[in-house]
Amino acid sequence: MSQGPTPLLSLSGVSKRYGGVVANSGIDLAVTAGSIHAILGENGAGKSTLMKLIYGVETPDDGVIAWKGQPVRLSSPAAARRLGIGMVFQHFSLFETLTVVQNMALVVPGAQAALAARIRALGDEFGLSVDPAALVHSLSVGERQRVEIIRCLLLDPELLILDEPTSVLPPQSVVKLFETLRRLQVKGMAILFISHKLEEIKELCDTATILRLGRVTGRLDPRNHSAKELATLMIGREMPAVVRAAPLGLGEVRLELAGVGYANDDPFGVSLSDVSLAVHSGEIVGIAGISGNGQQELAALISGEIAQGAAPGAIRLLGQAVGDMGVAARRRLGFAFVPEERLGRGAVPEMSLADNVLLTAHGRGLVHRGFISRQAERAFTADCIARFDVRTPGPETEAGALSGGNLQKFIMGREVMLEPAMLLVSQPTWGVDIGAATDIRQRLVAMRNQGVAILVISEEIDELFQICDTLHVLYKGRLSAALPTASITVNEVGAHMIGAGQPAGAVP
Amino acid sequence: MRLTLVRRERASRLAMFAAPVVALVLSALASLILFAALGKPAEQALYSLLLEPFLSWYNFSEVLLKAAPLMLIAQGLAVGFRANVFNIGAEGQLIIGAIAATALPVWYPAGTSVWMLPAMIAMGALGGMAWAGVAALLKTRFNANEILVTLMLTLIATQVLNYLLLGPWKDPHGFNFPQTVPFPAAAMLPVLLPGTRVNISLIGALIASVLAYVMMRHRFSGFQLLVSGLAPRAASYAGFSERRGIWVSLLVGGMAAGLAGACEVAGPLGQLQRSVTTGYGYAAIIVAYLGGLNPLGIVASALLMSVLYIGGDNAMVSADLPVAGVAVFQGLLLVFYLASLTFIRNRVVLIRRPGAAR
Repeated sequence: MSQGPTPLLSLSGVSKRYGGVVANSGIDLAVTAGSIHAILGENGAGKSTLMKLIYGVETPDDGVIAWKGQPVRLSSPAAARRLGIGMVFQHFSLFETLTVVQNMALVVPGAQAALAARIRALGDEFGLSVDPAALVHSLSVGERQRVEIIRCLLLDPELLILDEPTSVLPPQSVVKLFETLRRLQVKGMAILFISHKLEEIKELCDTATILRLGRVTGRLDPRNHSAKELATLMIGREMPAVVRAAPLGLGEVRLELAGVGYANDDPFGVSLSDVSLAVHSGEIVGIAGISGNGQQELAALISGEIAQGAAPGAIRLLGQAVGDMGVAARRRLGFAFVPEERLGRGAVPEMSLADNVLLTAHGRGLVHRGFISRQAERAFTADCIARFDVRTPGPETEAGALSGGNLQKFIMGREVMLEPAMLLVSQPTWGVDIGAATDIRQRLVAMRNQGVAILVISEEIDELFQICDTLHVLYKGRLSAALPTASITVNEVGAHMIGAGQPAGAVP
Repeated sequence: MRLTLVRRERASRLAMFAAPVVALVLSALASLILFAALGKPAEQALYSLLLEPFLSWYNFSEVLLKAAPLMLIAQGLAVGFRANVFNIGAEGQLIIGAIAATALPVWYPAGTSVWMLPAMIAMGALGGMAWAGVAALLKTRFNANEILVTLMLTLIATQVLNYLLLGPWKDPHGFNFPQTVPFPAAAMLPVLLPGTRVNISLIGALIASVLAYVMMRHRFSGFQLLVSGLAPRAASYAGFSERRGIWVSLLVGGMAAGLAGACEVAGPLGQLQRSVTTGYGYAAIIVAYLGGLNPLGIVASALLMSVLYIGGDNAMVSADLPVAGVAVFQGLLLVFYLASLTFIRNRVVLIRRPGAAR
């Protein structure tokens, strides 16, 4: 490690523990200027913890972090920024009611007019075009990400950390982002690129450090290795086989939306108009589109969490008009739902897994005459943990202590064990590692083969292509016509995702 | 080196028991300083406040007498508090409960029926529920804030009490005092401990505590309330009715307060008078939180609060402590307790300077 020029950032033997859990153990890392360095790992491998240590959000228990060869103590993100480290988080931290330049002015000193000029200059130089006077809530996700990147660049960083930057972008914007990053690289900036998408890393990065279970398991040039090799290093075994859904005879219609509209009271929310779709028994229908185009509203209308009231259109679930039916009544018909928010909606963080099972599985013999049967509750939970490979000490663990991927497996398992006739799954693999994601997809396909009707809302186009029979794209509250996955391309779907698709019915 | 708080994976049992004790010790120390600064005999004040209630049978029986309504009301309120339904107007529900119970002895001042007392208890419960039900109705119908509604209903209840005591229900032989006729024996709660004023409402409060425990730990309806308090969106996701939760929360709290009101007039007071409103309904809020909203904790905190009442009376006499001094001690206790709660969910960790370890 000592040969060559002094690395910009180097870590040696860095460890971090949370309670009994070792998040990072003896991490060695060297990032040189002008390099795009990938940090690759499954969920829970310790990527986020490592970035928090580098950005000063957390301090290591052990080990040394050196900046340009000098040991440094990063006690806060402000300290990291002073050194020249910038970070773009997965979840943006922008004020929606302010303009772009006002958002910048909160962290960067200087007059707003001068700032606006710098924003434009940076935009031209690095292909980050954005209108400084625009209100943030009117911007697309891709534009918001550019705003975040520009905000970092205004502080002249030498190292830029990007946490899963492509997970929120449509395919076309990913291409643009990569151009920007390459231009920054040419300027001599070092970039830490966190991702679990192997193809992107092969395309963009010149170095990759692979993490598994908090340890470094590989340090290599991703361009010289196949995606399969990278995956094996990342998950410690062969990558699970990709399932391919075989066509299956369609059964009866289990969910039908006919011209459903919904006027959102929230000025920053999305209203739906004229949404029509049908999901048959033995079919997986996917809804593609970037989050925030009405996905939450649509899911809540179907689940009953938003009462339809006098809104136009009709929702029929399992043969019944459910317009005035509450959540509980819809569930009794045989409907189950995995929401995209796990903590606070799909599960109560402060409650044990056993109690979280009670949330929706109470009708399955867990309650007798109003009394909770702790034995049945524990048995159901243990079964769910075992069958869905939830990594946890046991049914008494609080849901909030589980990692995102594990919690998703738990919620997914709970809803699948309800043996629904109609299953709605929103963002099934958000933040879930490859192994678990493949497992979840396989289970969905297996359920479909048994005749369950499944509606999947997802941002991951590849995932939808893998498992769905039919796709719709949701854009600004409007749903495209049904697109059979067998006869369309990713690019066509991507065009719909940014509103550039042909009108419904005119798809070639 | 520095200290930092780290969230525990599970709430610490030890801290759960230690927190109230630590809070008590800290508030004792703080008030020692405060009382001394006021020029009052601080040790004497603390002695009266915390120890004297236990040193004579009479004092201790008074502690038990006051603990009963505090315990009962706090158990009822805690059910709602855990569901994030904040019934702040237990005092008003207590007054209406007392009024409803008093109707029978006022109409039948010479009644001897064995059914008189049970009917009074039932009317007290219904009165409290009806008063809280107004808030539930307004909340579910018009989304009116239950904190404001219950609080304002308390003001109305006080005026209803004044009207009755100064008008139609005034004892004609009562020398114009604002109070009703004394209740006949058939309208009085049997004394539990002979020679004291402690009546069977103490047993009732303990039974209520057991019921509250069973409801919150073993009943599905209690679980639904817990979920709506901890994660309202999860409750709506699971299909638990928010409306039902509001009704149950307010009716249970109202019932408990109404029962306590009935037990006051049929117990230590023996008639309806203005002193039925002594602030039990407000003190019970502190009792509920001091007990961690836990049915068992509330039994302990009701006793503690009652000790402070009795001890506070003593301290005003023996140490010349102002009334506010007692209130300040109660406030200190609550503040220190809430602060120490942090340690139930978090633990203190000593951070060494990284690198310096080598």
